[in-house]
This record gives sequence, structure tokens and C-alpha cells, in this order.
Amino acid sequence: MKLLATAAAAAALVFVAQGAQAGATFDAIKAKGFVQCGMNGGVGGFGAPDAKGEMKGIDVDLCRAVAAAMFGDANKVKHTPLTAQQRFTALQSGEVDLLARNTTQTLTRDASLGLIGAGVNYYDGQGFMVTKKLGVKSAKELNGATVCVQPGTTTELNLADYFRANKMTFKPVVIEKLDEVVGAYASGRCDVYTTDISGLASTRATQLPNADDHIILPEVISKEPLGPLVRQGDDTWLVVVRWTLNAMIEAEEYGITSANVDEMLKSDNPNIKRILGVTPGGGKALGLDEKWAYNIIKQVGNYGESFERNVGKGSALKLDRGVNALWTNGGLMYAWPIR
Amino acid sequence: MADPRVNGGQSAPPRRLSWNDPDVRSVVYQVVAVALVGIVGWFLVSNTLHNLSTRNISTGFDFLSRESGFAIGESPIAFGPENTYARAILVGILNTIRIAVIGVILATILGTIIGIARLSKNWLVAKIAMIYVEVIRNVPLLLQLFFWYALITETLPGPRQAINVMPGVFMSNRGIKVPAPTEHFAFDLAAIGFMLAFVLIFIMVNLAKKRQDATGKAFPVYRGGLALLIGMPLLGWLIGGAPWELDVPKLQGFNFVGGATLTPEFAALLFGLVLYTAGFIAEVVRSGIQAVNYGQWEAASALGLSRSQTLRLIVLPQSLRVIIPPMTSQYLNLTKNSSLAVAIGYPDIVSIANTTLNQTGQAIEGIMIIMAVYLSISLSISLFMNWYNKHIALVER
Repeated sequence: MKLLATAAAAAALVFVAQGAQAGATFDAIKAKGFVQCGMNGGVGGFGAPDAKGEMKGIDVDLCRAVAAAMFGDANKVKHTPLTAQQRFTALQSGEVDLLARNTTQTLTRDASLGLIGAGVNYYDGQGFMVTKKLGVKSAKELNGATVCVQPGTTTELNLADYFRANKMTFKPVVIEKLDEVVGAYASGRCDVYTTDISGLASTRATQLPNADDHIILPEVISKEPLGPLVRQGDDTWLVVVRWTLNAMIEAEEYGITSANVDEMLKSDNPNIKRILGVTPGGGKALGLDEKWAYNIIKQVGNYGESFERNVGKGSALKLDRGVNALWTNGGLMYAWPIR
Repeated sequence: MADPRVNGGQSAPPRRLSWNDPDVRSVVYQVVAVALVGIVGWFLVSNTLHNLSTRNISTGFDFLSRESGFAIGESPIAFGPENTYARAILVGILNTIRIAVIGVILATILGTIIGIARLSKNWLVAKIAMIYVEVIRNVPLLLQLFFWYALITETLPGPRQAINVMPGVFMSNRGIKVPAPTEHFAFDLAAIGFMLAFVLIFIMVNLAKKRQDATGKAFPVYRGGLALLIGMPLLGWLIGGAPWELDVPKLQGFNFVGGATLTPEFAALLFGLVLYTAGFIAEVVRSGIQAVNYGQWEAASALGLSRSQTLRLIVLPQSLRVIIPPMTSQYLNLTKNSSLAVAIGYPDIVSIANTTLNQTGQAIEGIMIIMAVYLSISLSISLFMNWYNKHIALVER
């Protein structure tokens, strides 16, 4: 059972030897030669095995990018699929080095779990999906509805808040496993299925028999900045993860892609020179090779490439860039400058 | 007088602390054992606290008094997102106790019937009981729960096409809706009458026993008990003015409102647990009956008792001694298996504690609560069953 794994991870906190110094995580990862990455094993587009059994997704790409920055090889990653309940305990106890599992950054998680967010790789929001034949056009019409929801997320909280704020009532049906909760929705046990909109799109595209029978209601009831988290206590490691994400976004902004990165080495643009390590300094400051960002872009691609291939038009999910477009295109993706 | 052979007729020498003295040795061993357990316990607690604090993870049970912010699908007491985590956990405990108590009662009744059926002289009845036991015992419970849940949610229609079984009763994939009594004094009186009936039955059984001991005349306790169980609530209802208004469920918007509900989650969990545990209880009952010497049957029939009288008055009371200890294990299993509820969405303690520990991030505290709850419930069942076991044990003279 899930509980057992959660209990085991909690037990790790009870038993592991004391002591964690600054730089310890970074050094330990360097020494063992790979990044242990906690991710979602079942949400297509974020982290799920493809037909060949290889993990694919926007979160998986981030893990691979971190490995490329650390070791110059994007394949030096080991994936640990985690449930929503296991994820924080797994990171706290050191079972994983990095948690990239479509996880919302919140105050509680930053302040009381001993974790720290390293950026946002997908701006999401919670929404509702209903069957078309229900005839509902807005979430405001959902008074009295039965709502299927997975536990162990901020989802339950947002759901209750939204109905309370709009003076409506609902009955939750809380089921732990994604397959089962989707099954309960598909069988009509619930009128509504709620989770992050990217998750709804993923479920509709990959898990429901007829995608056209379901609509995602227009209301977005929460802000869900999804992003990677690391343990507190090793800022060196935090900085590597944060700047890996920044490098991917920055690369898109400057038009550097996995296809043209070698040509870009010859660019005269001082920003591109700094990003790709032609002008040295950045890599050394991070404790990495000067080619760190080059390796990320060459082996994994920039943020836009990763988005399109995993959740965008090139994927089954067919999500618009929306708020995840670059700031130059009116979106929220605004990388900190690499200098 | 001490036996002079033991120490040569002299008074015992003063005791000295010697390793050769078994009393001294046992005291030393016990002190060492207690100290070891204490040190390991202290190490675990202090190490955990240290690890948690160095990782900036907050600890303690302060979160219990904070607003929970989530809703719970079914609850025996009023609950909303504005209530505290402590109340949410109380709801979980009550839901677990509810499924455990109803499950244990139904599983005992069903299991006893099937156990007796396995010993039936009727070939067909015995074989059906045997097949039931073998099939149910050998399929994992989780699968059975999924089966029942899927059966209920997939085969029953949606609420708008609900099957109207009889006036006021609707079956749909939202559960079985039945009319419920409205808030009225008369229904409270009826409930009190129902409870009083149990007290009266207890008195009646004692009186009937005394009378039979004294005069040999039997009193129809079963019919009398049934009459009390029906009569007393009826009397309460009549005294209260015999109101007829019922809260009948009616379709409104997405779902039925009003009335009482048996939800698919509760129903599936109850079916699964009862049918599964009954398979084991049937075997316990069968072995208990077979453990009673066949001579008891023959002696009873020589006295002119019918087969069912023999079973009820002679064999079952004696087999209880064999049945109760393994039965206790089955009750404990049923209670603990109810934690599988999380798989089909019944809000038991595990489900609610999971949500709590995830929203607050306090995994160790959450799991400690779950363990404490199951430990308390299981120990209570054990204590009760051990007391009952003593109560029915053979009194040796």
C-alpha cells in the first residue's frame, strides 16, 4: 500500500544518521554520479512512461537537464515515481535529490516542510471537467454536485474553498489511485472531476474512452505554480537546479535550440556567449563545467521545445502555451539573466 | 521448620551479591533489558526530533486545532471545511468504527450460517457453502472491493435515471436513497424505546431462566424478544403523536436531496469486508462445531432434543470455547482491513489522516495517529473478546 511507502519514508527520518552540511547534497550527487529524481509516474506530459517504457514529460526533461548540467550527460538520472503522499517525505529523507513532480509551490511547503522551491516550470490552475451531456457551462452551476478528487494535494483544499466562497455545496469522493478516481468519474459516480487543468487535459487525452464527450469548464479556481523542489540546507544544489531551469527558458528567449546550438557557439551576442560558456565564468561560479548550459540545450532542448513535445501541440495533450508563453509573448516565463 | 538437609541444620548464611545467585542474575538481566529498550527509544525519539529540526520541519500536534479546509463525503457528525483537523480525524475514527461494528455483526451472522451450512446433511447446501468459502477466501480482498465498487457504480444508472424500487426508495450510482424520519420528538422517543427493549429483553431472559429452573416451563424468549423490539419503538412513536411526515428523497439538480443515503463506497466496503470475513468465520464455526464430541449429539438425541435444539442448546455453547479465540483474530482482521477503504474512496481514518498529513506535511504525526487509532480499536476488541472468552469458559470444579 501507499501508506506503507509513506511510513517507510517517514521511518527513514527516524533512523537516518544526523547531520547535513551545506554543499553535502551537491557533493554527494557528484560522488555517486547520477541525480535521483522524484517524479510522477502516471501523468502523461509531466512524467509517465511512453510506449517504449522510457520516462517522458516536462518534469522528466527538467531532471535530465539537471543531469546534463551536472555531468554533461542527460542520461545520468534515476527516476523514482512517487505518489502525491510520498513525495515530500521522500525528498525530506534524502531518498531523492530533486522533486520534479508537478508540485505546487506554496508557503507551507517552503516554510514548514524543510523544502525550498527552485522555480516554476509550468503555471497551472485547478479546473473542473464534466461530461457534455450534463449540460453544464460554468462551474457556478455545480451546486450540489458530486466531485471526484484525488487526496494528498492542494486540490481538496481549493475545491472546498471555491464551493464555500460561492456558497455552494458538494459531496467529495476521495480516491487515492488516479486510475480508480478517473474510473469513478467515467462510470458516473461523480458529476465532476477536478484537478489541475493540465492533469484534466492529460486524463481526457489518455485515459477516457471518448475525449470529445468531456469538457473542461472555463473557471480556473486556483493558482498552481508547478515547479521543482529541493531540501533546505544545500544552497549550492538549489542554485544548480534553479539555474538549469533559467537556462532552458533563457535559451528559448535567445532562440537557442537543440538543433542550432552548435552554430550559436559562433554568435556575437554577448548574452548567448555567456549562456553557452563561450565567455567563461558562469559554470565555474555554479561549481559546474563551463559547458553546463550548452549540454542542457544540446541534449534536452530549450523550454519551448520541451513544452511542445510533452504537453503542447506536438503531444497528445495539445495544450496552448497560454500563461506559459515567454514574457516577450505576453506569458509569465521570465528567466533571470545569466550574467 | 526448614528442612535440615538443605543447609546442614544451620541457619541460612547472609545473602551476598554473587553472580551465582539466580535472583541477582535475573534482576541484572531485567535492568539491562529495560535500559536497552529505554536507550533505543530515547535514541529514536531524540534522533527524529534532531533530524526534523535540522531540516526545518515543524513538529508537534498544534496543527490539530487549525482549520481543516477540506470536505468529507460522509460523516456521522456534522463536518465542514471550517472545522478543525481534530474534528476531521474524529470523523475518520467514527467512520472506521461504524464500518467495523456493522461489519463484525453482519460477518458473524453470515459466517455462522455458512459454517453450519457446510455441515448440513443436505448435499447441495453443504457444497454451496464449501464453494463459497473456497472462492471468497482465495481471492484478495482488495480485488473484491474493486469488484463490488465497480459493480455498484458501473451497473446502476445515474441519479436522473434512478431505479425507483418502491415509493421513496431510489437506487442509482450515487447510492441507495431511503426516506428518513424528520426531526420530530416522536422519533427520538422511538429510539429510546428501541434501547429500552434491549434492557427489557435482558431482564426477560433472566426471569425466563429462573422460571425454567424452578418450574421446568419454558418461556418463548425469541418471540417475546421480537415483540419487545418492535413494540417498544412503536409505543414511543405513538406516545409522541404518531407523526407521518417522512423526509423523502427527491431529485434536485445533479442529485437527490433529503432522505438517508447508503453510499456506494460504504456499501462496497461493507459487502467486501463482510463476505470476505464471513468465509473465514464459517471455517472457524465449522471447526468449533466439529470439535464437540459426537457423543454430545447422541446424548442430546437420546434425551429427545431435535437437531436444531441440539445445535442451539448443546453443541454451539460448547463449541464457543473453541470458536472465540480465532474469532477474535477475524474481528481484528476485519477492522484492520477496513483501511483498504482508501482504495475505493470511503473516508475512513486512513483516508482522512492521509489528507491531513499531506496538507500539513506532518507525516510522522499523521502516521502516529493512524497507528494509535488502530491499536486502540484492536485492543478494545481484544479486551472485550478475552473477557467474553473467560465468561463462557468451562467452569472447572
